[in-house]
Amino acid sequence: MLSGMSETVSQIPFVDYLVLDDGNPHLRAHECTTCGARYFDRRNACASCFGTDFTDVDVATEGIVRSFSIVTFAAPGVEVPFVAAVVDLDGTSAKGNIINCPPDPEHVKLGMKVRLATYSMGADDNGVEALNYGFEPA
Amino acid sequence: MSASDDIFILGISMTKFGKHPDKDVVDLGSEAIMAALADAGVTMADIGVFAAGNLMGRGGIAQQLQKQVGQTGIPAYNVSNACATGATALRTAIMAVKAGETDMGLACGVEKLAGAGLLGAGGQAKSDGHEWERSGRYGAVAPVDGRIGTEAMPGVFAQVGMEYLHEHQYGGTAFELFAKISEKNHSHSTLNPLAAYSKEMPLEQIMNDIMIAYPNTRPMCSANCDGAAAAVVVSGEKLRTMSLEQQRRAIKVSASVLTSDPYQEACQVLPDVNTLTRNAAQTAYEQAGVGPEDLDLVELHDCFATAELVHYDNLMLCEPGGAVDFFESGAPWRDGKLPVNVSGGLQSKGHPISATGIANIWEVCQHVRGEGGPRQIEGAKVGLAHVIGLGSACGVHILEKSGLAA
Repeated sequence: MLSGMSETVSQIPFVDYLVLDDGNPHLRAHECTTCGARYFDRRNACASCFGTDFTDVDVATEGIVRSFSIVTFAAPGVEVPFVAAVVDLDGTSAKGNIINCPPDPEHVKLGMKVRLATYSMGADDNGVEALNYGFEPA
Repeated sequence: MSASDDIFILGISMTKFGKHPDKDVVDLGSEAIMAALADAGVTMADIGVFAAGNLMGRGGIAQQLQKQVGQTGIPAYNVSNACATGATALRTAIMAVKAGETDMGLACGVEKLAGAGLLGAGGQAKSDGHEWERSGRYGAVAPVDGRIGTEAMPGVFAQVGMEYLHEHQYGGTAFELFAKISEKNHSHSTLNPLAAYSKEMPLEQIMNDIMIAYPNTRPMCSANCDGAAAAVVVSGEKLRTMSLEQQRRAIKVSASVLTSDPYQEACQVLPDVNTLTRNAAQTAYEQAGVGPEDLDLVELHDCFATAELVHYDNLMLCEPGGAVDFFESGAPWRDGKLPVNVSGGLQSKGHPISATGIANIWEVCQHVRGEGGPRQIEGAKVGLAHVIGLGSACGVHILEKSGLAA
């Protein structure tokens, strides 16, 4: 039974709004059907128009860095330095770390093109691997 | 509103900001309250409403303070509004006076923060045996801070400043620009005996200090420290029955505004500290009947060097998009066209979070009263105090000479 489990190591997304989709990972937003505002968290209503009807939409996987900070002091357990960024994904803003890129201002630039990529956060006791997303230079 | 409906600050005080290991929040708050009452020339018996805030304590700060300074049975409000807590306490007292429920109110903000680490950062991933389990509104299997961007204040506000440079296409070196803003505030602090840190810091020293979250090095971050501030507000009608000296020293609250962040695209991704500040400023200028060009000084919420830049624009101290030019012109230095943060700002004066929203008003009052001592901005008649609580809340107050008994 154990060997059987190891052969079927499963993967789960780090957050609900990351869709792994068989190698085509992307973010999925809750879009207000009334005003089009997009959210990544669980919703009670729309903060923009107060509507309560949402539809799930896939968000573009390529975008540009609107802002960033290279964080060198963080909470225990967080590896530093890391690059925190806000990325404009074709009109939908998302936050995430810049990955696969040296964390210095010579390599991370405002306006630079990036694309979504995933990486492993490790496996739990059942061998289930959590995949997180970040943005890498495109 | 008729002139007699105006609201005035009758007395105001702040404690020395810094480390107070021998005092608790009740000691510090009481010290500020008793000094504000003495400054106003009144006692707790005159006060009809009390609002107080303290974010890191165990709650009920207003009643804890009353038990030291005077239990008169008046309504006491415990307020909490992030770093805008002090301004919110003041607004609460002002609203009660404006509503006619009483003619005199007291507000206090107090915090013990010396030695506190990163604010906002949090959550540890489980390191022992575990099974992934989703929690929170993003359904995350581990804390998102540091794994999906940052929630710690230095990095959040770093992004606020960097976003401005992205939107307004800055060709220079971001790090140096922001460090120069910090250099200004540290230079200003040398004249402020109540500041937690009052050392001149050359640009190189600021840039070579420990990097916390690029482009903010340690001296570019607000200083966690202990401190309290308190204010007594009075109706115009009541003030006119008081002594000529009280009338002369009273400061007119020409505008008192509190806003929260209205929905904007991306505001739930990176907190938007811009729109609510711009809205508060717009309303405040309309209430006061003054414009940015009429201001003699501004105390704005420079919780990080990267934050100060955007608020030049948000408070309309410069042309839209012109914050960098405004700074580089030398305008916000104390000898410039519009001095900003002559107290040294939160980067050097310190940021005992609940006290800040009253302490910045205290600073403006000192100058408008002509009691600023060595750092007096000569001839100051009108000033603006701004505070931001992330999440977000924004307080803007415009303060002027009373014009009474002159």
